[in-house]
Amino acid sequence: MPNAIEQAGSAGRFEEIVLPHLDAAYNLARWLVRNTHDAEDVVQEACLRAFRFFSGYQGGDPRAWLLKIVRNTSYSFLEKNRPVALAEEFDEKVHVRDVPTIDAEAIMVRNVESRMLRESLEELPVNFREVLVLRELEGLSYKEIAEMIGVPVGTVMSSLARGRYRLRESLLRARARESMRGL
Amino acid sequence: MVCDDNSRLLHGYLDGELDLVRTLEIEEHLETCPDCAQQLWSQQTLRKAFRSASLYERAPSGLAVRIRASISQEGTREARATSQLTPITMPAPKRQTWNWLAVAAAIMLMALLTWRIIPGTENRGKSDLIAEELVGSHIRSLQPGHLFDVQSTDQHTVKPWFDGKLDFSPPVRDLTGDGFPLIGGRLDYVDHRAVAALVYQRHQHPINVFIWPADKQTDSNPHSESSRGYNMVFWERGGMYLCAVSDLSTSELKQFAQLLEK
Repeated sequence: MPNAIEQAGSAGRFEEIVLPHLDAAYNLARWLVRNTHDAEDVVQEACLRAFRFFSGYQGGDPRAWLLKIVRNTSYSFLEKNRPVALAEEFDEKVHVRDVPTIDAEAIMVRNVESRMLRESLEELPVNFREVLVLRELEGLSYKEIAEMIGVPVGTVMSSLARGRYRLRESLLRARARESMRGL
Repeated sequence: MVCDDNSRLLHGYLDGELDLVRTLEIEEHLETCPDCAQQLWSQQTLRKAFRSASLYERAPSGLAVRIRASISQEGTREARATSQLTPITMPAPKRQTWNWLAVAAAIMLMALLTWRIIPGTENRGKSDLIAEELVGSHIRSLQPGHLFDVQSTDQHTVKPWFDGKLDFSPPVRDLTGDGFPLIGGRLDYVDHRAVAALVYQRHQHPINVFIWPADKQTDSNPHSESSRGYNMVFWERGGMYLCAVSDLSTSELKQFAQLLEK
């Protein structure tokens, strides 16, 4: 059955090139949609899209190629299922920069717990969360991130700066809440 | 240099993304600005926490299996769509004033397209027909008294039973240990020839494995299709076509195919 063989061949090549990056795909989707079940659906949909576009894949970094599709699929999912949350998240209020005292800072950084960091990252607006995940967890360069999300490299640096600043702020707040409760 | 500008560049510095000139400027600034030095230190600590906090989310184990299944289904659907569309997408010749060069080019293009498309269409059509035949055979075998010609869980009974009835010897293996016991075999007729049908069982679901000689000596990975609520997995091994048909899920059928290949 030549048809079966032909299709198995193309699916086989796809599986060989793209599926090794499934963890990266899932990690990004999971952090963007913030729910394991939805992340699985998004990754499955993204892989199906990737398979449909696979004939147009011209080589290059397959992980970046797949992540771009995962990102687009995640945003489509968010627009469809959580449009309000997405709009609010993009509303970037400029926070007054209150530089924490050295003491508070020292307490914070020495005792950052995984759980707290995870919660703080989840609370970040999606555009900051996204660059942090791509940079810190996926280890992508500014240039790779810029290409993936379609912005200039300078914007990636600004988003990282603001995202990290917000993350630190949120950690400090969480830390303060915890110690209040402790007292 | 103002600190606001630096607090942004500080991140480029932290990430090793600045050019040499800017790197030196920032380092110089850090020596004289305790605020920025403090910020850099806290960001470095935050990054360490980030990396040690195991925030990376790995894909759950079943996801790859589900994706493979949906991809092979998609492949089948695409192949069907293409085979239905090809006759329509053939360019229709237009009536115009004759331009012989264009006519020659058109004839060559048509020849090329025909040569490229027709064999594929024929094969696809044939492959679909065989798939339909296999599902038909599977359904017929489920009617009372049609499942076996030889009923045995012993591969050394089932395999010799085919001797003299077929012009090839099908591979027969019992997979009771893996949860897919062999329960028998029979002769069947597919693609204008007699084929071997081995019957396995998974819980209460019967599985038919049809085996017949291939045209070519090529091996291929399992590929799945669905028809009328039944799932099929095809593959080629050792000069034989193999096709497992059942109402089991595609992923279970693929697992079964892999076990048979072990």
